[in-house]
Amino acid sequence: MFEVNVFVTLKEAVLDPQGTAVNHSLHQLGYNEVEDVRIGKVLTLKMAGEKASVETRVTEMCEKLLANPVIEDYRFEIKEVLAQ
Amino acid sequence: MKFAVVVFPGSNCDIDMYHAIQDELGEEVEYVSYQETSLADYDAVLLPGGFSFGDYLRSGAIAARLPISEGIKQAALAGKPVLGVCNGFQVLLELGLLPGAMRRNRQLTFLCKPVQLIVENNVTVFTNSYENKQAITVPVAHGEGNYFCDVKTLDQLKKNNQIAFTYADDVNGSLERIAGITNAAGNVLGMMPHPERAVDELLGSADGLKMFQSILQHWRESHAITS
Repeated sequence: MFEVNVFVTLKEAVLDPQGTAVNHSLHQLGYNEVEDVRIGKVLTLKMAGEKASVETRVTEMCEKLLANPVIEDYRFEIKEVLAQ
Repeated sequence: MKFAVVVFPGSNCDIDMYHAIQDELGEEVEYVSYQETSLADYDAVLLPGGFSFGDYLRSGAIAARLPISEGIKQAALAGKPVLGVCNGFQVLLELGLLPGAMRRNRQLTFLCKPVQLIVENNVTVFTNSYENKQAITVPVAHGEGNYFCDVKTLDQLKKNNQIAFTYADDVNGSLERIAGITNAAGNVLGMMPHPERAVDELLGSADGLKMFQSILQHWRESHAITS
């Protein structure tokens, strides 16, 4: 059994209005050392299967559905977990 | 002429679209479920606004991975008019039938108001009843209508005259105030504003009706040539 954390983030060049709003809010709370905020998402997948194929399959999923390559980048971390 | 309105779970402008075609344009129209696979029986395909699949993951992403998306692609490939409005535009982007992507509105608020659009290209299937550079009033209702594409894509859009509509004012942060684009062939249009909500003066504007009249006009002309 594998647990895969997929991180989907907006590309650097793409304006992130949500991140900008949170940045402003942090400044209002006095956290002026914060220079920039970017918001992304984490998808946690629980997967069965062979270790060798997990990376290939998750890459496919990211390319086909989980990320939009026009504005988003993705990366993922795979760890083996005990089956529940 | 026979129109299809594709209905996804979460579509909420499908009835407006149906009304525009049946009652205002006076043509035949049918709802088509997202569970169907073919749109071969129709002359034009309309993808309505709303929140298909709750906009989960990304707007339009899940709708674009259904079996009906093959039907939409086939219709586009066959040269039929395919119009995506609002969430329908987002579905067309996710399908790869149009280039670019949508971001949240720059000001983060959901926008719901009439806006002025400029017709940037009046020689398309969808705009032939407008004057070039005509200003029209059509409402917007969206939270993610901030259009983005890379520089190369923008150059191509300009070079091929694919920008159909721009906003007269910067309403949501869209690149170059883009409100609607076509594919290179010109038979697929995606736009964030809602022409189907501007088909009668009672609604505040009838400027959107000309878009549907344009589609009909184009169909009649091409039908006359081929028959």
